Formats: sequence, C-alpha cells, structure tokens
Amino acid sequence: MDSPAFWVILLAAIFTNNILLSNFLGMCSFLAVSKRVETAVGLGLAVVFVCTCTSALNWIIYYKLLNPETSWIGLDLRFLSFILFIAVIAAFVQFVEMVIEKVSQTLYLALGIFLPLITVNCAILGACLLLIIRQYDFVRSIAYGLGSGLGWMLAIVVIAGIRERLRFSHVPAALGQTGIVMIITGIMAMAFIGFAGMISL
Amino acid sequence: MSIEPPKTCTGSCASCPSLQDDLKKGRLALRAGIFQENPVFCQILGVCSALAVTSKVANAVVMGAAVTFTAILGNAMIAAMRNIIPRRIRLMVEVIVIAFFVIVFDQLLKAYWFDMSRELGPYVGLIITNCILMGRAEAYALQNRVLPSMMDGLGNGLGYSAVLLIVAVIRELSGSGTLLAGTPLAIILSAQPVSSGTPHLLRIPIDIAPAQLMIMAPGAFFTIGVLIYIFGAFRKQEAK
Repeated sequence: MDSPAFWVILLAAIFTNNILLSNFLGMCSFLAVSKRVETAVGLGLAVVFVCTCTSALNWIIYYKLLNPETSWIGLDLRFLSFILFIAVIAAFVQFVEMVIEKVSQTLYLALGIFLPLITVNCAILGACLLLIIRQYDFVRSIAYGLGSGLGWMLAIVVIAGIRERLRFSHVPAALGQTGIVMIITGIMAMAFIGFAGMISL
Repeated sequence: MSIEPPKTCTGSCASCPSLQDDLKKGRLALRAGIFQENPVFCQILGVCSALAVTSKVANAVVMGAAVTFTAILGNAMIAAMRNIIPRRIRLMVEVIVIAFFVIVFDQLLKAYWFDMSRELGPYVGLIITNCILMGRAEAYALQNRVLPSMMDGLGNGLGYSAVLLIVAVIRELSGSGTLLAGTPLAIILSAQPVSSGTPHLLRIPIDIAPAQLMIMAPGAFFTIGVLIYIFGAFRKQEAK
C-alpha cells in the first residue's frame, strides 16, 4: 500500500483535510456547543479520545470480521458495517462514561455531559467510514482518527473564541446565531485552504 | 418544536383513530416539515450533509431521496412499534431502525448506480447520524400513529430535499457553470461547444467564468449562511 506516512496523515487530517472544514462533519455539535471556549475544549478532548479509539476498533472489526478477503469468518458481511460501526461507537462511549465516573469524579464532571453528545457526532462515524474508503492500514487509521479528532477540536475551539468576542458586536437579528457562525466558518475554511500546498493526502 | 395537535384531538390519539383524522393530522405535519419547521433552516438539523453533497445538483437529489426514503419508512416502523419499545432503550431502537433503512438504500444505490454511490462516499452512511431522522422519530413517531408519522417523515424529507436543491443549484451554477452535470439532463453554460463524450441536454452559449470557491468548502458555508439570513428575514416579516 503506497498511502502516505503516519505524520503526513496526522497533519493532513488536522490542517489540509480538516474533517469539519473540508468534509463538513460534526456540524451539529459544532454549532450547539461552541458558545464558550472552556466547554469547547472539554468536548474537543472527548472527541479526540473517542475518535482515536473507535477508529482503531472499527478498523479491526471491518478487516477481521466483515471484509471477506481478510476476515476470520470469510463471509462478505460488509453491508453490516454501518450498523456495527455506530454500535461500537455507542458502546464505547457508554463504556468510557462508566469508567470515568468510577475513576475520576472531577473528570466526569468536566467531560461527562459531553459524552452522550459524541455518539451522534457524525465526525466520529465519518472518520471511521473514510478510513475504510481510503483503505488505510491499522497504524494509518489511528493517525487518521487522531488527526480528525484534533482537527475537529481545533476548529471548535477557534470558533468558540470568535463567538465569545461576537457577543459584543451587532449581528443582524435575522442572521441569528447560526447564520453568522456559518459565515464565519466559511471564512475560516478559506483560511485553512491556505494550508493546502503544505501537505496533501 | 411545537406541532399543534388538531383541534379535534386531545393530544392522545387513542381518541381520534379514524383514517380522516390521521390524514388531516398528517397533512399538518407534512406542511410543517416543509415550511414552518423546515429541518435545515428552522431547526438547524442535518446541516452536515446539506453542506457536503451540494456541490452538484445530481448528488443533492439522490441525497434528498435517501433521506426522504429513510424518514418515511423509519418513522413508519418506529410508529408501528411505539407501544412496545421500552422507554429506556428507545434511542438504541431508533438508531437501529434508521440504520436498517440506510443500509437498504445504500445497497440499492450500490447495485443500480454505483458511480453515484462512489461519489457520495461516506455521506449515505452518515444519514444514520443525521439528526433529522432521530429528531423526528423522537419528537413525532413515538407519539403518533403510522400514517401521520409517515407523512411527517415525507414532509421533513421534502423540506430537507428542497433546501439541498436550492443550495446545490446556487453552488453548481456559480461554481462550475453547469446544472445536473454528469446526467443526460445536464445543462451547460459555455461558449465553446461541449465535447461529444459528455452527456447533456442543452448548452446555453454564455461565457461566465465559474467561481471555483463556490464548489469548495467555504462556498457551502457562505451559501447556507446567506440562505439562513434570507429565510430568517422572511419569517420575521411574516411574524409582524
């Protein structure tokens, strides 16, 4: 397989192929939870962690259970991938929530409320589906999962910073909360296009 | 989210089970889904795919069809099971029902229009996490009978498709100077004659330089942002 190296994939997933700004994934929580920087950082960290781990888990499931050429079963079960991926993500999130609750109460209070939101964050499922489509191997999949999570976190933290300032400016009422965030995100996406020459996937 | 219950119904629909009432209620839900409570503009649901697949009109049409299909059948199935789904695991049941219909659509698309399936990439699978479907199942199908739920699904699916279509027409026309490119119905704006290999319906001989930015990511954000603005302004005026 001649796909790019670990670091290239990681950096590309953060900057040039940012999962939010170029693939538009994870917009719902991006719009809903980006009012304050602190909460944005919390949710971002949770997404980084869950995205990295579920990328690895779903890679194993796809190639060892579903894909007929490499699996232990030898049946073509690829049509099950959507349902298994989302089940793995939901189960993993639930599991992490239970572990955090048991281990660290402070961490649970900081991250706990975000965890249920992550199951429906399409950035996670999107990263899992994209790494299958791009046929990454195991290590590259982890790089892609980690990079996607970090890229998403970068985007939401930046927009939260901008929105904190935005509170003091006069936005036309009809543009509302969402319209203006869309337009700012567009400008951000334009800025990120500037990275395009740096690395490519 | 406020769907007004019809005047004849006291909220619980055991009291109005006739087909006429079902249809009336469904018609209300259908209209609400397309206009007053349009999922993308008013409830800001399902924005991800609205941004992602709208660089071409053909993609947007297929995506709209996929969401409408899943919304109608998913809502119907959940409404049919609404009395036997245990409250505590209802989210999981909803996800599985939706995923089931998404898989059906994905397999159909792979079988009959493989190029389109490849073009849409992960976004068909991502319908599972599209909040429109979960939202409607949770807010409507769990409390209503099968027929109104199906019409609610249809309304929201059509409302979503309409937005997708508007955004896609704007983006494709300004970004690449074509409409429905890649299908036999394509309309191409170009001063030069089209090469014989590309299927198209007609060529309009005007020469405008396409704004590449519109089919790239920022164009999507700007288009949706401006449309939310326009829609919001209209709603405000109506409210006055």
